[in-house]
Amino acid sequence: MKAIVSVFARDSKGITAYVTSLLAQNEINILDISQTLMQEYFAMIMLVDLADCPLPFDKLAELLKEKGAERSLDIHIQRQDIFEAMHRI
Amino acid sequence: MSYLINSNEILQTIEMIDQQHLDVRTVTMGVNLLDCADRDMAVCCSRIYDKICRKAEHLVSTAGEIEREFGIPIVNKRVSVTPVSLVAAACSDMDYTPVALTLDRAAKTLGIDFIGGFSALAHKGLTESDRRLIDSIPRALTETDLVCASVNVASTRAGINMDAVARMGQVIRETADIDPIGCAKLVVFANAVEDNPFMAGAFHGIGEPECVINVGVSGPGVVAHALKACKGQPFDIVAETIKRTAFKITRMGQLVAQEASHRLKVPFGVVDLSLAPTPARGDSVAEILEIMGLEICGTHGTTAALALLNDAVKKGGVMASSHVGGLSGAFIPVSEDSGMIAAAEVGALCLDKLEAMTCVCSVGLDMIAVPGDTEASTISAIIADEAAIGIVNNKTTAVRLIPAKGKQVGERIDFGGLLGSAPIMPLHTGSSAEFIERGGRIPAPLHSLRN
Repeated sequence: MKAIVSVFARDSKGITAYVTSLLAQNEINILDISQTLMQEYFAMIMLVDLADCPLPFDKLAELLKEKGAERSLDIHIQRQDIFEAMHRI
Repeated sequence: MSYLINSNEILQTIEMIDQQHLDVRTVTMGVNLLDCADRDMAVCCSRIYDKICRKAEHLVSTAGEIEREFGIPIVNKRVSVTPVSLVAAACSDMDYTPVALTLDRAAKTLGIDFIGGFSALAHKGLTESDRRLIDSIPRALTETDLVCASVNVASTRAGINMDAVARMGQVIRETADIDPIGCAKLVVFANAVEDNPFMAGAFHGIGEPECVINVGVSGPGVVAHALKACKGQPFDIVAETIKRTAFKITRMGQLVAQEASHRLKVPFGVVDLSLAPTPARGDSVAEILEIMGLEICGTHGTTAALALLNDAVKKGGVMASSHVGGLSGAFIPVSEDSGMIAAAEVGALCLDKLEAMTCVCSVGLDMIAVPGDTEASTISAIIADEAAIGIVNNKTTAVRLIPAKGKQVGERIDFGGLLGSAPIMPLHTGSSAEFIERGGRIPAPLHSLRN
């Protein structure tokens, strides 16, 4: 299953490293990555493949949320289908 | 299909959900109960309970899974059932309240938000069972928490059943005299639809399959946000912007509907393209009309603005879903829309203007509080007016009035939660009693003869 991971936070050092290592620990492969700064806010969006991830989707979403909160990051994961359905014909 | 990240699309979706109140308003499972009929009311109730609990066992958990995986809130999980006047017709009992209690119990077991279908289809005439059901409504709505009732009193093909209209005025008064909140769960329809997922008017029509999933989308906040970027632009741009937004909202609803249908192994029925407001600030249909350039909802121009909105929502949504149905249009429930409440409180929005607005939008006079001492015949006359608009314009109209016990114009009544609060609106003082006493049937309009 493919999903979109979105990360929002105040910009600081090491956000990308922290999140990507979190994904690697859970056997999640990053297919594409994009990041921007909106004023002082950092926004990172990743397309990931969950095929090898041992955790069920629910647990993974909870884990990312918790681990994100520890570093004051707002991390969401959503199935990719919703973005595709809404924006592409 | 290969997919590369388009940050704008993703951020737009996340912003719609986080800041503009985009949600799936309801996933509603329709369940056929005709096979639960029995002469013995206890047997009938037991079958009803078992069947609903069996069919909808996984509804709430599945909706929760979809909600978490897609990150889109699904606000309500509901069940609609075959009109109870048909299911209970074989019973000789005069009081159908036990069926309502059974529905309530099943709804609580399942953990759903509402169950609809304590209903009768009486647009041409009342069967003995329809009479019993209607007589049971005040008690049934008072003794249950989650049961919604509806009665169809008119259709374009049959005309207006004025006997049922007269009776429903009394039933609304009787219900309000016990507890006004009961009236928030009671709708009187003209041209009721069989696949509406929205409460209080949802029931599982007799043309429907054994079990079906219907989804109602929402998103006034998303439309309002998009229109703010079109300040001063001509209406062509306004309509186009609403269409584009409605398309996106509906695609999301269609995706959720397909997923729910697939996971529950129940056929997909329709997506209902409705703009359903909530009392939350920024989730208001009135606000959209005001963004179009009206100082306050209810002033001159409101009907035209609403007509444009309603039409553009449908045009945008219809291509986004394989099956569109239900009520599909903008809702204007006064107590559930912060902008409508504000307009009604300062007297800018009156009942007559709301009646005009119902000619061009989905449904009708919805969640309107009136003085507690309003005559039953006056309520019936309001129903008759709405039904006339429905049958002549070939559309669904409905009335959900709440006579606020012990309260007068200028006061307000609070319902809590999604139902909101409403100022008591003034009504015309001339009597309609003699008109309503006539009874009989107002004939179907000429354009009912379409064959």
